Amino acid sequence: MTDLSVASTARRPTFDVEAIRRDFPILSQQVNGKPLVYLDNGASAQKPEAVLNAMDRYYREMHSNVHRGAHTLGDRATAAFEGARETVRRFLNAESTREIIWTRGTTEAINLVANGLATRLKPGDEILVSHMEHHANIVPWQMIAERTGARVLPIQVTPDGELDLDSFHSLLNGRTRVLALTHVSNVLGTVNPVAPLIEEAKKRGILTLIDGAQAVPHFQPDVRALDCDFYVFSSHKVFGPTGIGVLYGRAQLLEEMPPYQGGGEMIERVSFERTTWNVLPYKFEAGTPAIAEAVGLGAALDYLNGLDRVAVEAAESALLARANDLVDSVPGMKIIGTAREKVPVMSFKIEGLHPSDIGTLLDQQGIAIRTGHHCAMPLMDFYGVPGTARASFAFYNTLEEVDRLFTGLQKIQRLFA
Amino acid sequence: MTASEQDFLNNPLGTKTTLEDVMDAFEFLDDWEERYAYIIDLGKQLPSFPDDARIEENYVHGCQSQVWLIHHYDEASGKLYLLIDSDAMIVRGLAAIILVALNGKSPRDLLTTDIDELFERLDLFRHISPTRGNGLRAMVGKIRDIAAAEAA
Repeated sequence: MTDLSVASTARRPTFDVEAIRRDFPILSQQVNGKPLVYLDNGASAQKPEAVLNAMDRYYREMHSNVHRGAHTLGDRATAAFEGARETVRRFLNAESTREIIWTRGTTEAINLVANGLATRLKPGDEILVSHMEHHANIVPWQMIAERTGARVLPIQVTPDGELDLDSFHSLLNGRTRVLALTHVSNVLGTVNPVAPLIEEAKKRGILTLIDGAQAVPHFQPDVRALDCDFYVFSSHKVFGPTGIGVLYGRAQLLEEMPPYQGGGEMIERVSFERTTWNVLPYKFEAGTPAIAEAVGLGAALDYLNGLDRVAVEAAESALLARANDLVDSVPGMKIIGTAREKVPVMSFKIEGLHPSDIGTLLDQQGIAIRTGHHCAMPLMDFYGVPGTARASFAFYNTLEEVDRLFTGLQKIQRLFA
Repeated sequence: MTASEQDFLNNPLGTKTTLEDVMDAFEFLDDWEERYAYIIDLGKQLPSFPDDARIEENYVHGCQSQVWLIHHYDEASGKLYLLIDSDAMIVRGLAAIILVALNGKSPRDLLTTDIDELFERLDLFRHISPTRGNGLRAMVGKIRDIAAAEAA
């Protein structure tokens, strides 16, 4: 007889991709008459049933506004909401939940930090980003630079798609105030060596922000080991719901920063003479938060915690290796971004084909990829392309799906021949 | 190279190649491969586009690829002639279909043409992604703006 109590609580012993796929209901459908092959995970990842159930259960059984405390539902909602914050704290290994701020996503988190640091910036100060940043980690800094007279300077990228460390060192100087760097490039898949760069910045008193949007779906960052001042990510790329994201900030810095938006929740006391701010993290959470989404994100992280992360990383590496092996089977295909350390993201171009043609014709075959500039126009300019086609894999993708991508690409080439 | 009047008048799409030709051809295409092979082929029939017209003023915003559009109003015949260019093959093909439907018409005729209905008859919108659909609408929108200005 099977001992169900053990089976239901045990972690998955090994990585069984077919079992994993059953956790993601959206994957088992037909698109344009073909089984869906979803390779646009870099844009947004799919949600496991655990996330859908957690959000459904939240609304059915415990919804109410949080932190109002006058009744039982309010207490339940608050417990679920703050429980999710604790899950995020553990995921990032932050010291305290005071350092975990809910935002709408990575973009809002970076805007919050950029605005919060504005009072520290003066004309001539320099903000370092890199040439491979998403626009979300360029534009908020440009807007603050415009207001303060500071300048935004890009660290160069090598043709392989790695950070040019010489460029980084040559840009560091007495005027550098902020280093805002992506952990993983959304276009290239490059995993940047952020730890030594943070260390170098730290020695010079430079504040550091790491954009983890593309990192957290593939590995777990440790903000205390990294020793960064800020770390940001979006829920929807890490298998959670849209509409919520996370700003980790060092408590002392968050205390010093002014609030980002004014309204309910973020105040301690309001009067027409003097309004005072609430304590962390609520000081930065004006208005009723995305409660169900926070609960959903917590469930997504719990789901990830239940997987064998070592096995997951091995499976993802195998997907990328298979894709790399098959590149030669498509004449004229060239990978953009060949860094030594990559997550399973493959940007490419095919001679004579526009990325949008590739995307349309793969879609006809049930294969979803992203095409275009990927909100990284400076990087497109660097590679001299109007855009790329990008296949971005998640652990629920299979080797057969990688094969179908390449069969699809070969078919497209025959169509244009 | 600058577009001459002849370049506009010689565009076969909408004049020699008619909507009926395209409709007839589409009827015999039964899978996506044939359909797109035909669209790509139509794109190859777009007349060459003058290099010096690839400027912001002629750029069609809202498409995933780069699209340019220029026009010439022929006073003698009272008809509006169009040239379109794109760097993506499928967009070129869709542009060709738009031209087959709208090129060489009087502005008033053009404005009364129900292009959505045409695309529906060609079963085009079902087979193209919404982002591409937006690009199509952007092209048609720009053409209608031009026609409205000429008709005014």
